[in-house]
Amino acid sequence: MKILGMDTSTLMTTVAITDDQKLLGEYSLSVDMSHSEMLVPMIKSTLDGLKIDIDDIDLFTISIGPGSFTGLRIALSTAKGFAIAKNKPIIGVSTLEALAYNICSESYIVPMIDARRERVFSGIYKWNGNILKVVKQDDALDIAEYFNYLNENYDKLFLNGNGSIAYRDLIEEILGDKAIFAPFNLNSIRASSICEIAYERFKNGLIDDVDNLKPVYLRESQAERQFSKGE
Amino acid sequence: MKTLAIETSCDETSIAVIEDGRKILSNIISTQIETHKKFGGVVPEIASRMHVEVISQILKNALEDANIGLNDIDFISVTEGPGLVGALLVGMSFAKALSYSLDIPLIGVNHIKGHICANYISHKNLEPPFIALVISGGHTYLVDVTGYDEYKVIGRTRDDAVGEAFDKVARALGLPYPGGPMIDKLSKVGNPEAINFPRVYLEVNSYDFSFSGLKTAILNYLNQMKQKNETITIEDVAASFQMAVIDVLSEKTFRLLNETKRNKLAIAGGVAANSGIRDIFTKKALEKGIELFIPDMNLCTDNAAMIGSAGYYSYISGKKSTLGLKVDANLSL
Ligand SMILES: [Zn+2]
Repeated sequence: MKILGMDTSTLMTTVAITDDQKLLGEYSLSVDMSHSEMLVPMIKSTLDGLKIDIDDIDLFTISIGPGSFTGLRIALSTAKGFAIAKNKPIIGVSTLEALAYNICSESYIVPMIDARRERVFSGIYKWNGNILKVVKQDDALDIAEYFNYLNENYDKLFLNGNGSIAYRDLIEEILGDKAIFAPFNLNSIRASSICEIAYERFKNGLIDDVDNLKPVYLRESQAERQFSKGE
Repeated sequence: MKTLAIETSCDETSIAVIEDGRKILSNIISTQIETHKKFGGVVPEIASRMHVEVISQILKNALEDANIGLNDIDFISVTEGPGLVGALLVGMSFAKALSYSLDIPLIGVNHIKGHICANYISHKNLEPPFIALVISGGHTYLVDVTGYDEYKVIGRTRDDAVGEAFDKVARALGLPYPGGPMIDKLSKVGNPEAINFPRVYLEVNSYDFSFSGLKTAILNYLNQMKQKNETITIEDVAASFQMAVIDVLSEKTFRLLNETKRNKLAIAGGVAANSGIRDIFTKKALEKGIELFIPDMNLCTDNAAMIGSAGYYSYISGKKSTLGLKVDANLSL
């Protein structure tokens, strides 16, 4: 089955098409342009390059978060449009799970996305045979607190994602050589990882409902935070 | 020729199916007003969140109401601006996916043109040229509409939009959001001549507007009354404020009609739902022999039907957008 995957949750816009267990093509660009200007033209280029018609896509998949709020909505709104127009299923995948998928290691894997204001979106993952297991659920975390928590509870950790780059100095200070940083080519979310996760999920019958699928922000909007604080 | 139109520029998620620019086959509007009420105004991040949650269901409802399928659609119209950028992006992304996967053209539509075109839906006989007065929460424009896709801006606000002034004054009066309709309601029982608020006409001959001075005058008035411990009759304040706005709007609009020798006037935008404005403009138009057009109430506030109408006239004039179309939060007419 052919899967079109896309992700716009960070600066990178990434698109991939897979067929069962095979990657047919992947296109990723990190440019200072709106994802909304890039995404559909990149999908078109990828499909055209592969001489595949959008009608041949059997499943649409995106990362549903956490990540840039606006970015998450762009990919999800686009995927919803495709899924409805082509009457095909949709699957939303964790951004952090997709990042962890980049790493092939026996260690614990800690993907991190910069959430700004000294916070990261992160979870802890570990391979168990061929299955990537969640050890600690995705969350929005205060960096100092989180890095200390990691230091106290884990030995070797494999880190990737833009959060691990942004806070590398602090991580090294707290975790020392417990922390292994991914090479830069494994720091970006790849749409092919999203396709692969979605394929596994699809085989287990775990498709999402297009109307009810929404981004996983892991943070309330600022207005809601202020409102609940009574400001 | 059928277009599917998508509007998500502010706090309404709306999708419509419009035939030949004038006929509504469906027009679904999901308003978020209740959610934003507790914040006293539209919160952009919350608006964007709500758009993406409902958009696919709204599409289904719009198709069902029109009793057609996506394959019957000839092109997609979508608001490209002005508006809240995060909110616009939801509709734009959705529209691009539909346009590309259905292999039909995409037309980016200026939201303000949409407001004007709402009149084509309500009034089948309206044809350009005519003068349009656009009054909404975000915009105040006097426009010479010379063709179906030709707009010449003659006047605009230099500070607050009309609707913004209504909302700010309403807040000062302690009225709940959205304030505009509340002021209109109170004005019906208040005395419009009770307080003489300033009418700001700017330079002689100018068709521009300024409402921030009026807003300040009202805040000052309220403060003074409070200091003197005098009772404030909010009905009178509302009525006097509303009359000051109407005086300025009508002076400039009818002067422009006179100068351009146009005999048709179309009012558009959310504030066109204001009954005081409707009444006084109706009366003046009759006096001066001007044919007046105002959209039906549900087409004054933001809706996708108006975007479909403007999209149609852009489309038949040969315009077509690319899949790289940008949203523009500050798009002007
Ligand atoms: Zn509007």
